[in-house]
Amino acid sequence: MSITQILFWFLSVLALFSALMVITSKNPVYSVLWLILVFFAISGHYLLLNAQFLAIVNIIVYAGAIMVLFLFVIMLMNLNKSNEPQKNKWLKLAAALAGGCLLLVLVAALKNAETKSAIAESGTGDIGLIGNLGKALFNDYVVPFEISSILFLSAMVGAVVLGKKEASSHPSGEEA
Amino acid sequence: MPINYYIFLSLALFAIGIVGVLIRRNAIIVFMCIEIMLNAANLLLVAFSKMHHLQQAATQASAGTDGQIFVFFIMVVAAAEVSVGLAIIVMMFRNVHSIDINFLNRLKH
Repeated sequence: MSITQILFWFLSVLALFSALMVITSKNPVYSVLWLILVFFAISGHYLLLNAQFLAIVNIIVYAGAIMVLFLFVIMLMNLNKSNEPQKNKWLKLAAALAGGCLLLVLVAALKNAETKSAIAESGTGDIGLIGNLGKALFNDYVVPFEISSILFLSAMVGAVVLGKKEASSHPSGEEA
Repeated sequence: MPINYYIFLSLALFAIGIVGVLIRRNAIIVFMCIEIMLNAANLLLVAFSKMHHLQQAATQASAGTDGQIFVFFIMVVAAAEVSVGLAIIVMMFRNVHSIDINFLNRLKH
């Protein structure tokens, strides 16, 4: 077994175990911490696939920004206690069964797909380097890039509007 | 690594995300499970882009770049989605003092 394979299996097990811990932890703060571990494992996979730009962006954006936002919300609303009302046992069993069936169907459908000989190259190839991605982004994808800036602006405005206290706002809130 | 391994890893992560959405009642954890599902899709896109690159590299040096650009845009959309979604959760908490998603069923009536 080469070092790449060992790393692949280690990162896969880490990602799956952490993802399971995310959905089973009682305390939301632990869920966030396990989710950060999932993101680090996926970044490790990106590094194995030599997609270095995406690995760094994944850590900066997900583990850095989004997870801090989650933690802020949990801490600010003081939700870090495990008094979440549980769904009833049979509903949980049915949900797990449904998810397992979905996994089973997808695996069965893709098990014999024509990808037996296909290899995802790891460690070689330079398409994942920031220079190549930057050239593609600013040559072929300039318009989507600019549109995504508008998306961010509207998301920011939307978040501010939603987060504003409506007590002091105009009377349109009372009609609803 | 064979592409099959990546497909099955992504499927497993996606299924875990689905199960999480179904079994939890905490809105924030449901939201985190959606992030897991998005990341499973991202991982599969990157793996396929590298597979495509390996197969097409002889004829086209930049084959597979598009897949990674797509992943970048998915991350952009996910960041915007998280900011708006967390704002909605904060607003919901302010109104009903709970983030139990079962309180949201009043949208039915």
